[in-house]
Amino acid sequence: MKNNTVSYLEWGVGEDTKDVYAPLSVRDLWVEYQIERGAVKAVRGVNLDLRKGESLSLIGESGCGKTTFGLALIRLLVKSATIRQGQIIYCRGSQGFDVLTLDEREMRDFRWRECAMVFQSALNAFNPVLHIWDQMYDTVKAHGSMSKDEARQRALDLLRHVQLDPERVIDAYPHELSGGMRQRVLLAMSLLLDPQVIILDEPTTALDILTQRTIIELLRRLKQELGFSMIIISHDLSIAAELADRVATMYAGAIVELGDVNEIFYQPKHPYTLGLIKAVPTVTGEFKELISIPGSPPDLVDMPSGCKFHPRCPYATARCKQEEPPLAEVVDGHLTACFHWEEVQRGHDERWQRFAHSLDRLKEAEQTA
Amino acid sequence: MNETLLAVHHLTRRFGKRKQRVTAVEDVSFVIHRGDILCLVGESGCGKTTTGKMVAGLLKPSEGTVEFEGQDIWSMGKQDFKRYRKAMQIIHQDPYASLNPSHTVFKIISAPLLRHGLVANRHQARAHVHELLETVDLTPPDEFLDKYPHQLSGGQRQRVSVARTLTVNPSFIVADEAVSMVDVSIRVGLLNLLTRLKEDLGGTFLFITHDLAVAKFFAWKGRIAVMYVGSLVEIASTPQLVNDPLHPYSKALLAAIPEADPVLTRQKKRVKLRSQDIPSLLDLPSGCRFHPRCPLFEEGLCDVERPALTPVGDGRYVACHIAVREIGGRR
Repeated sequence: MKNNTVSYLEWGVGEDTKDVYAPLSVRDLWVEYQIERGAVKAVRGVNLDLRKGESLSLIGESGCGKTTFGLALIRLLVKSATIRQGQIIYCRGSQGFDVLTLDEREMRDFRWRECAMVFQSALNAFNPVLHIWDQMYDTVKAHGSMSKDEARQRALDLLRHVQLDPERVIDAYPHELSGGMRQRVLLAMSLLLDPQVIILDEPTTALDILTQRTIIELLRRLKQELGFSMIIISHDLSIAAELADRVATMYAGAIVELGDVNEIFYQPKHPYTLGLIKAVPTVTGEFKELISIPGSPPDLVDMPSGCKFHPRCPYATARCKQEEPPLAEVVDGHLTACFHWEEVQRGHDERWQRFAHSLDRLKEAEQTA
Repeated sequence: MNETLLAVHHLTRRFGKRKQRVTAVEDVSFVIHRGDILCLVGESGCGKTTTGKMVAGLLKPSEGTVEFEGQDIWSMGKQDFKRYRKAMQIIHQDPYASLNPSHTVFKIISAPLLRHGLVANRHQARAHVHELLETVDLTPPDEFLDKYPHQLSGGQRQRVSVARTLTVNPSFIVADEAVSMVDVSIRVGLLNLLTRLKEDLGGTFLFITHDLAVAKFFAWKGRIAVMYVGSLVEIASTPQLVNDPLHPYSKALLAAIPEADPVLTRQKKRVKLRSQDIPSLLDLPSGCRFHPRCPLFEEGLCDVERPALTPVGDGRYVACHIAVREIGGRR
């Protein structure tokens, strides 16, 4: 790994932190999948700094590029995917390197030791015919340099940390554990080699509510105790509301809004974020009308011109159809990619209503015609 | 409005034999009035889908009866049963699995029309399907008629499923996690569609979901029934249930739900459970099924005697010794 190591400042990143460097800085990252019809542009020019010790949540609907982005960070993409361009600068201490320049062996050292991932669907992430311990030891052998005894001790400690009965779980088969327990084992496994960054892909999806709650509390506590940084990928806004320090909204492969969690939820400045928030019901409190975002997400092979959200956007103007708005800081630490963010911010609820309504009427008119 | 459309009495369903025997649903009773919505809410494995299947006549109960318009559907004659099958329709959970991939949208929707003899020929069927596609907002219909399911998005498929259930003008619809598999931006559209259909057609719904927020949104004017490992623990009108639950399990569930509102969700008061483990159906706890986890547990009562679903006024029912006692004390 040494030969790629450069002084961090050469990269000219990390402006947002004073003396602590961002562990991960992504610069202009593009990822494509090749399919028969053409190139699926799953990640388009993403720029992102993950701050030390923060939890950053990526939200967006399925097919917006969240998972692809997460996999690209540790270069676990499938063969049909190519990283077209960009840099992923990783930093521990004051030394940094570009993850995309590492060779296979260096990549192995990087994964899990520096940056670990907890995969979606806890059942499929395990080998069904191996004991938990065997799988944990495999991870250690592949990426780390601990002795077997050390590794076992560390595994037992971590299992205790995630509130499992370590002696029972370590010799169990995956099918003997419940969904929540498996998710906790995966978490323990990701922490085996003490990584600085953990990427969690849909950590609570498909779990029961009471189990979700335990996982959320656990993540909160672990992060406090161990001080790692987290990237949480989830379509579920409530996970972001629970755990995130900052939230990034993705749409059609690009980040369209980035900001502090409260800013994003209470003062969204991108119409897509606003739409997502307005579409999710809360349980507590009185009945609230929900508004759906008209239309459906774009085809990533054949995307609309200009702003990719314009066909679904009530604020869209002629300019939006031609020009794609760049992600720019509009208020302290709050970035949005929308020409009309000031209007969005004023939060015109009626506007959405009217827009949805006029679309309905348009349809009716078409039908009668 | 108060006419009983569907009544379920002491419904029990067991699966498997001897040692492997599990009781998926145990002694479940409820009624649904004409034009009402009942939401069946619970975590995975609590028996909500099994209950739904028994209500829909897809699964025979081990014990108990399902009465539709006063008639037990399992002792009906063939003709009556066929009539029930027409009056009751199901919207399934997974729009990827519930549509035949080798049939076009037209074929999928026209099949029940032809099967139940609602149209005379294919030409009439085409006109009718056209209309149904418009009802579910798949417009222009001509664009969809000859498409195969794989050419549609998840939300569009689910709309086709809804159109198919509407073919026979059902008076009762069982929707099993009908919106769980689609994205948020599409989900609201689907829920609004179902709400509109309910209002326009005056349909009656059994709406099964694990998501209390969805239940609240869809059934604000209806009722919610909460299930826990095979039994009903509470039935109440939706506003009562979400704002003032009585059963300790409902309380724990509501307190645990993460909400899409950072301040609200981080300030929620949690209910501390005594155990995190969901009991195995093979080895159910004695007495109240919730007692090993319940914060109100009283030894010698909860682990011995099973609480019955007890009316506590206001049309509410709760199955908890402690909650019932406290309400009795307040009166």
